[in-house]
Amino acid sequence: MKKKIVVIPCSGIGKSFGEMGRQAVYEVIEDLRPGDVTTTCLARLMIDDPEAKALIEDNRVITVDGCAKDCARKNVEFTGKSVDRALRVIEVFKENRDLKPLGILNLGEDGFKLVHILAQKLNEEIAGLMRKES
Amino acid sequence: MLQEFKQEKVGIIPCNGEDLCEGTLTRFACRKVLDTLRPHETVTICLPLFIAGDAGERNFAKTFPTITVDGCAKRCSQVTTEKLSGKPRYAVVVSELLKERGMEAPSSKRTLTRKDQAAIDLVAEDIAGKVDEILRKG
Repeated sequence: MKKKIVVIPCSGIGKSFGEMGRQAVYEVIEDLRPGDVTTTCLARLMIDDPEAKALIEDNRVITVDGCAKDCARKNVEFTGKSVDRALRVIEVFKENRDLKPLGILNLGEDGFKLVHILAQKLNEEIAGLMRKES
Repeated sequence: MLQEFKQEKVGIIPCNGEDLCEGTLTRFACRKVLDTLRPHETVTICLPLFIAGDAGERNFAKTFPTITVDGCAKRCSQVTTEKLSGKPRYAVVVSELLKERGMEAPSSKRTLTRKDQAAIDLVAEDIAGKVDEILRKG
């Protein structure tokens, strides 16, 4: 059976980078790669939820972290699963310093431009993984 | 002279909830409390830091009286906080609160509508009430 790509953003409740990662993941799942990509709540891995653990165990995983704490990557790895790719939102921000998100959840126009850039980057990573798969 | 210890901050820990609409609502309601309703009385932490972070971060629920806020009955925030940090004072489950009050969950996890604002307000007010109660009781 063809493997899916599971893209998991961090929690990021304290920074706009967290929300940008989350929005980019939704953009990939709903607009760019419907059917190929899915997600799960990161915290379900923290409670050893069998369904969430099986999903990441059986599929390829990309994590998207808002900051250098790398919570998403570390929490996936804590289950014993290695991630296939690990992205950091901050890298996209560094490459586009002229774009400033408005607030933590209200990203504003600039914030959503960053979301689209990140979603494209994610899409490229996914394409690379899918090429490897076929 | 002895000074009476006054608890000044309450911790709020939302679940991640990226895979469900109630998770997005949880996030918005918690931010409303943190940014607008009780900005000087509340602090937060990213839940996954209890695994990815250091001892100081894992002590969060021991340092602050804490309210966990979960989108669904899996109660990831409550369970993880209890296991890795400390027992929360209150545990809010958004799906249950909405059901109790006869309100609908949002239909999208990506974007909340004007209609969803009433649900955000309800959950945020509930959390803010619990913050006040903790600060009053100490």
